[in-house]
Amino acid sequence: MIPLYWYLVFSIALFCIGLFGVLARKNAVAMLMGIELMLNAVNINLIAFWRYFFAGSTQTDTTRALAFVAIVFVSAAAEAAVGLALIISVYRRRQTIIPEDMNILKG
Amino acid sequence: MILQLFFIVIAAVTLISAIFVVTAKRLMHAALWLVLALFGVAVLFAFLEASFYAVVQVLVYIGAIAILIIFAVMLTRRMMDEKGAQLNKGWWVAAVAAAALFAGLLAALGAWAGFQEGPGAAPDTAVLTQFGIDLVDPSKVAIPFEVASILLLAALVGAIYIAADKKGGKG
Amino acid sequence: MPNFWSDPFGFIIQGFNNLLLSWGWPASTVQVVGDALGAFVLVAGSLFFCLLLIWAERKIGGRVQDRLGPNRVGPFGLFQAVADMLKIFTKEFVTPTGVDKVVYNLAPILSVAAVIMLWAVIPFTITFYGNDLNVGVLYLVAVGGLAEMGIVMAGWGSNNKFALLGAFRAVAQLVSYEVPMVISLLLPVMLSGSMKLNEIVRSQDVWFILSAPIAAIIFFISSIAENGRAPFDLMEAESEIVAGFNIEYSGLKFGFFFVGDFLHAFTIALLFSVLFLGGWRGPGADQIPLLGFVYLMLKTTIMYFVGLLVRFSLPRFRIDQMMNINWKMLTPLALGAVIATALIDKGVSRFLVTLTPVLYAIVRTAILLLANALVLWTGMDLMGNVLERRERRVVAIEPRPVARPEPLPVEPEQSEGEVP
Repeated sequence: MIPLYWYLVFSIALFCIGLFGVLARKNAVAMLMGIELMLNAVNINLIAFWRYFFAGSTQTDTTRALAFVAIVFVSAAAEAAVGLALIISVYRRRQTIIPEDMNILKG
Repeated sequence: MILQLFFIVIAAVTLISAIFVVTAKRLMHAALWLVLALFGVAVLFAFLEASFYAVVQVLVYIGAIAILIIFAVMLTRRMMDEKGAQLNKGWWVAAVAAAALFAGLLAALGAWAGFQEGPGAAPDTAVLTQFGIDLVDPSKVAIPFEVASILLLAALVGAIYIAADKKGGKG
Repeated sequence: MPNFWSDPFGFIIQGFNNLLLSWGWPASTVQVVGDALGAFVLVAGSLFFCLLLIWAERKIGGRVQDRLGPNRVGPFGLFQAVADMLKIFTKEFVTPTGVDKVVYNLAPILSVAAVIMLWAVIPFTITFYGNDLNVGVLYLVAVGGLAEMGIVMAGWGSNNKFALLGAFRAVAQLVSYEVPMVISLLLPVMLSGSMKLNEIVRSQDVWFILSAPIAAIIFFISSIAENGRAPFDLMEAESEIVAGFNIEYSGLKFGFFFVGDFLHAFTIALLFSVLFLGGWRGPGADQIPLLGFVYLMLKTTIMYFVGLLVRFSLPRFRIDQMMNINWKMLTPLALGAVIATALIDKGVSRFLVTLTPVLYAIVRTAILLLANALVLWTGMDLMGNVLERRERRVVAIEPRPVARPEPLPVEPEQSEGEVP
């Protein structure tokens, strides 16, 4: 029997690793990978709570939790698509994907 | 007992892959470690008896998003992409921030009463059918379903327009 | 304890379980060991069955192309595949410099694994199947996504621009053709009400190819495209990009790609039979599971033969023709079929519920067949002006400014002076 906090500790750890990836990497695509890790951590969290509290209960609660997870999936897919399109478009113009080098608005 | 061992192994594999994702020098290796981490998360979904989401995770994340990331890595390769540090100048601040967030979240959740609970009732086998019916029921979760589809349509059109090659016309 | 003659698989499994239990092993361990052994037998069996498939393909391909196939090694050339296997085992692994060792070596394994994993959910008889997942149909599509990862890893890990280009085109093709495949897979799920493959087989009183012919055709075409066989074999076009993403593979690693390709072709025929041709259903298959297996193999062989005929008859598509077919023809047709079937099925079934089950099935199938024919007719009509060939500029009749093979007009005075 696995207590709930094992899943929560795992998801917090995954979230923090993803956060480190977003904050500390130079490359824009690598930052996007960190964001994907954070979204997966959120999904694990939601599904762990669903399984431990709502899975066998009334149907409305079950469906609401699963719908939340579906929305996170959809948001992750949409954001990955648009983010990568932006990165490719910027690469075409500036030949770089390091956000530090895109500083023409700097004062 | 054997379930706990299984969980520890899968969680360790996923976390180690995630660490390699954020610290790999070559971007392609980071993308492949990301695929392993996503697969580990899918296995955990199956472990939590959310079979539908385990399969959707493989289908959407590994089959589409990971491939998209790999395409982006391959299309934006410069001549010397592996030289030089892959981490920012201020990466130790990021490490401190991540560790602080970890400790903070753990403390906040640890103070909650339900932290140590065991699993509740197992999900019914008809939960998938009920989920499908509820996704189109106006009094249940039909609105998030429709909003999600509009979001995907906007993302589709937007991504095509942004990434289109303007010089030679669309596409 | 099932009878041996009617259910050999069940008999063997039950006998093995009883043997292990009689040795005093706990029940959960017996189940785990049984599952592992069953998976091993399935994998090994399918890989050895590939030898027969390779022989059949080469023989039939030879006959289609008006030549004999292999006929030297063994009677009718049956052991040709064994000879090929021995040759591939003993070839040297030529690894180019600069490859990424792990990625390069993992790619063929992932390619074959993704195909074999498909066999885990297929119901062979009423009692013999790997695991009846309640999201079986979605699992089929998800595992296809793993095959794409294998190709990307092969293309990138080879340190070769041709391989990378081949991998790009291959992944574009595979990702595009997943869309009509998933949409056309919605139709058997809709008509049977469940994603479990065994439930889909059980609810085919009338075969789904009659209720949803558009979905069957689209599934077949997009599965051939997912596999990478002709006419969609741009991924390994030998005359264009020198074997595509598997240029740098030699010996057994290439053999893995090869075996994965052939096994996937057979698996497509198997899936088509399960989803649209009624699987193991037939007269007497409910009581005698072995008959169900025989029926399934018969249907699969017929569909495999159709796939081979398609492969050896059609020329290869260009990449833009392939994308046109996918996005402008298959996807709208699939969406139209899904919408029509959903509306008509829901609308008509409430009037038909008073009939007996047999008559209900027949009438529903007839109405859905009519609806499919209507969708196909209007769809082809609407898409005709999208897919028509663009007018080519007619060049032959225009007067060409360059030299023409006509005698120059000769002056009469000069010619008379030249005649001696």
